[in-house]
Amino acid sequence: MSDHITEIVIFTVLFLLVSGIGFFAARWRAPKDMAHLDEWGLGGRSFGAWITWFLVGGDLYTAYTFVAVPALIFGAGAAGFFAVPYTVIIYPMFFLILIRLWSVSHRHGFVTPADFVRTRFDSPTLALLVAITGIVATMPYIALQLVGIEAVLKTMGVTGDSPLARHAPIIIAFAILAAYTYQSGLRAPALIAFVKDSLIYIVILVAVLYLPYKLGGWGGIFDAADKKFQATPSPADGILLNANNQIQYVTLAFGSALALFLYPHSVTGVLASRNRNVIKRNMSALPAYSFLLGLIALLGYMAISAGVKPLPGSKAGTVDSNTVVPLLFDMKFPAWFAGIAFAAIGIGALVPAAIMSIAAANLFTRNIYKEYLKRDATPADEAKVSKITSLVVKIGAVAFIVFLDPQFSIDLQLIGGVIILQTAPAVALGLYTRWLHRGALIAGWVAGMGLAMWMLWQIPNAATKKAHFGGSAFPLEKFGFDTPKTIYVGFVAVAVNFAVAILVTFLLRAMKTPEGVDGTTPDDYFADEGDPRIDKSATPVETVSST
Amino acid sequence: MAEPESPEAVPAETIKRTDHSSWNWLLLIPIVVPLLTPIYNHDSPRLWGFPAFYWIQFLFILLGVTTTSIVYRMTRR
Repeated sequence: MSDHITEIVIFTVLFLLVSGIGFFAARWRAPKDMAHLDEWGLGGRSFGAWITWFLVGGDLYTAYTFVAVPALIFGAGAAGFFAVPYTVIIYPMFFLILIRLWSVSHRHGFVTPADFVRTRFDSPTLALLVAITGIVATMPYIALQLVGIEAVLKTMGVTGDSPLARHAPIIIAFAILAAYTYQSGLRAPALIAFVKDSLIYIVILVAVLYLPYKLGGWGGIFDAADKKFQATPSPADGILLNANNQIQYVTLAFGSALALFLYPHSVTGVLASRNRNVIKRNMSALPAYSFLLGLIALLGYMAISAGVKPLPGSKAGTVDSNTVVPLLFDMKFPAWFAGIAFAAIGIGALVPAAIMSIAAANLFTRNIYKEYLKRDATPADEAKVSKITSLVVKIGAVAFIVFLDPQFSIDLQLIGGVIILQTAPAVALGLYTRWLHRGALIAGWVAGMGLAMWMLWQIPNAATKKAHFGGSAFPLEKFGFDTPKTIYVGFVAVAVNFAVAILVTFLLRAMKTPEGVDGTTPDDYFADEGDPRIDKSATPVETVSST
Repeated sequence: MAEPESPEAVPAETIKRTDHSSWNWLLLIPIVVPLLTPIYNHDSPRLWGFPAFYWIQFLFILLGVTTTSIVYRMTRR
């Protein structure tokens, strides 16, 4: 630990600076009345193009991504590069689909995707399923941000003997984060994102210019990785895809893109923007982060070429491959710059963790508390409940990491991506058509969820020596096909979900089951800032749910 | 459905409130092309030491930016 003093000091100073910004954020673009969910939970729905770029970029590209994607490349090679096509195809999809969600939410004052489902399909049950799915999928994702911080702390030698001593730094970090999120709401991560992203851009640009120079050029880096993968007995790795993992690569990229904008925290980031043009312009500007992510992914190969040996994992005989990038920085950079790099990753964990906890808290408040516990909750009540829930969510995330094996959070996050996909028929397709019956959407959700759990249960992981929930690549031979090819579980499950929803829709139509009343009109999906139908003085949603 | 009974029903309003444009079809390109692995799953030709697999996928980012920018400019009101 003593030989990392410079790194620790720089890390701590930057961390405290950012915490100060977090508390100050409550006064930034200050609203007249913070006691309103639109203010605390969506930053007043007023963010322009620049703030949205930093906020959504800081939100979607999390610390865990920055640590785990290169770790995947380090271990498996080309298969880990799916992150690039994934973050390319997501923006045209956002452009087409999410913009409609922004409009309809702007018009009706929706805060969560479940709010939309509630009004569109006139079904509190379906909305509850969407809300619970969102909360369950988000919780382990928050916990994983801590894994990102921990990988850095471990590299700096900040560890202890007892679990409590080992986790003390992240407990303190999260307590500070919880305090300023409670006070400032979405404004805190929005303001911190400026610092976080600037640091990340500087660190990565320096890394990709400086490290190849030290390691003998890009060609040499790729050749070193190729040599390593050739030497392993596993046929699944390599610097190119092989015949068996291409379907997995494509379905994982596509499925992850579809899942990403169903995640409550992406929706929160988008709904906080001021108008449609802010979102559309950002769809051309956000890919700058994808470029960054591609470069970060390649740090995995640099770690191979530099001969990095990952630190031991929590269980004897395993390695924690999430430490490869911090170790690479520690090895190749002067201590002061490594400190900045570590701070970038650490602060990088705070922005998404804050937005995710706000998103989960909003889901609870709007779709459970207001729907089932206190129907006449005022906007001030909602803001209060959301603030408290955001604290509970963060305590839960810390408990995940302190009391359970971190591997458990990684597995859960994997499951989270698969289960959030099961809300696609209701949320994504629901933005275009109401043809699917609300009962059928529930049936499809149940079928997709059941199949996903069964498939994930079947997948072993050789590296961690587990028999179940070992990954998201499902061997097609288990379906009875005579092939070693694999496919992404979420993709299959959501396809079955769709098929069941269509069949049951026909069935329920034939039985003349009531379909409820659509609370939205077609032109709500194109509403923009300054829409004359939005009465700013009234609470928007009240006027809608009665129609 | 409602068309026959409302011939005078605010045509100006409907024109203003729609977002349908054939330019939107352009967005399918950056969704579909990155998913066609046979295009880019090769080592050669290398560019600055990068195997084709990597630099071609970096190019797709540019493809995405170009198409979303075009569609934004063409559909802006």
